[in-house]
Amino acid sequence: MYEFEYHRPQTVNEAAALLADREEARALAGGMTLIPTMKLRLAQPTDLVDLGAIDGLDRVERHDDVVEVGALARHADVAANTAMTGSIPALARLAGAIGDPQVRNCGSLGGSIANADPAADYPAALLALDATIVTDRREIRADEFFTGLFETSLERGELIVAVRFRTPDTAHYVKFRNPASGYAIAGVFVAKFPGQVRVAVTGAGPCAFRVPDMESALQARFSPAALNGISVDAGNFANDLHADAAYRAHLVGVLARRAVEKAGG
Amino acid sequence: MLNGETVRAEVEARTLLVEMLRVALGKTGTHVGCDTSQCGACVVHVDGRSIKSCTMLAVQIEGREVTTIEGVAKGDELHPMQAAFREHHGLQCGFCTPGMIMSALDLVRVDPDPDDKAIRRWLDGNLCRCTGYQNIVRAIRAGAAAMRDRQG
Ligand SMILES: Cc1cc2nc3c(=O)[nH]c(=O)nc-3n(C[C@H](O)[C@H](O)[C@H](O)COP(=O)(O)OP(=O)(O)OC[C@H]3O[C@@H](n4cnc5c(N)ncnc54)[C@H](O)[C@@H]3O)c2cc1C
Ligand code: FES
Ligand code: FES
Repeated sequence: MYEFEYHRPQTVNEAAALLADREEARALAGGMTLIPTMKLRLAQPTDLVDLGAIDGLDRVERHDDVVEVGALARHADVAANTAMTGSIPALARLAGAIGDPQVRNCGSLGGSIANADPAADYPAALLALDATIVTDRREIRADEFFTGLFETSLERGELIVAVRFRTPDTAHYVKFRNPASGYAIAGVFVAKFPGQVRVAVTGAGPCAFRVPDMESALQARFSPAALNGISVDAGNFANDLHADAAYRAHLVGVLARRAVEKAGG
Repeated sequence: MLNGETVRAEVEARTLLVEMLRVALGKTGTHVGCDTSQCGACVVHVDGRSIKSCTMLAVQIEGREVTTIEGVAKGDELHPMQAAFREHHGLQCGFCTPGMIMSALDLVRVDPDPDDKAIRRWLDGNLCRCTGYQNIVRAIRAGAAAMRDRQG
């Protein structure tokens, strides 16, 4: 690992100032991606801004039909939080199935979505639950957040503070788990709101995306059979040693039907 | 705090927690297997929760409480989970064992009476090259039972 300077700010403002001032500063959340990347010398930040001492950045709270999750909320905390299990159990279960227990004790919501791994679980949930990402300077709709492979619409030095999830009538997430890493070979999150169904896929394309054809079919009839005959375009899907693109496209259909069924459709 | 004692060490910012434990503090019970957060040989507790110490910076734990395998026994008396690993042959070469035990203790914290399925699922991040896991699972079940007995 290359040398860097370590900072532990107490507030979001201090952290944002450090990220703005230093040339190649990076936020450090759970470190589950950043530290391995630095060990491999694939990242060489001049400064690490540890978010761990900022009070309240890991809270999970319910306000009416919205659950707000702090950027530093660990996966294990989201999985066990009663505000979350009570209002969006599908999201609590998703968090509880990320990686392994030690990864869940460190890895955070903010770190996961800032990193935007194509196989990460949270991005599908953010899209399907019509989430809003709150940063130190603005609010970003999930639909505008994930822009490509490991790419988001975050600006340089922009800090995620929290994510607001809309509480659906019902929802379910099914992932086809890579048994070695835990990451999704493909994963589908289905959420039903009054008058709207949202379907989001992760693991298949360069970043998580919604499937409008499935959404309109499910809006007309919320049942697994409504998805029969709907296929997704595998054009930009990942082709790797775990699965080829056509297989991933097939999985998306299968997982979507299972998710609808589990969501009560 | 390390195993209940206040300790001080001065390290470079880039020092990993496991390096500080093993080199600066001489606690070599915590092992390094993969060094890439896959194998769990390096699992320790920070503020009571299990983490992989090869993927945490030493500076991150300033002012926090760390427990390593050395802090688990009471003097010469093995912790019930350690005793269960010995009793049920939960180890062969022993390389993975400190991480297995620290991970198992965290499982018992969240689920005092885990069944085999819960134990196997929990051990997702702990690899053993020797035992085939059967006896590790048995040991953890017995260790958890002994801990429940001790509690009350
Ligand atoms: C063995 C293993 C298995 C895993 N399995 C899965 C899995 O099954 N599914 C899955 O989805 N994920 C998985 N992960 C990823 C893990 O869950 C973490 O979510 C992920 O590593 C990033 O979160 P972090 O908090 O560790 O972020 P860090 O590693 O600390 O940071 C990651 C990036 O995000 C930036 N960042 C962090 N916080 C913020 C913020 N608040 N604002 C702006 N930028 C920020 C950092 O600067 C850095 O660039 C796995 C990881 C490991 C090591
Ligand atoms: S050495 Fe840390 S997980 Fe393998
Ligand atoms: S006992 Fe040898 S690696 Fe587990």
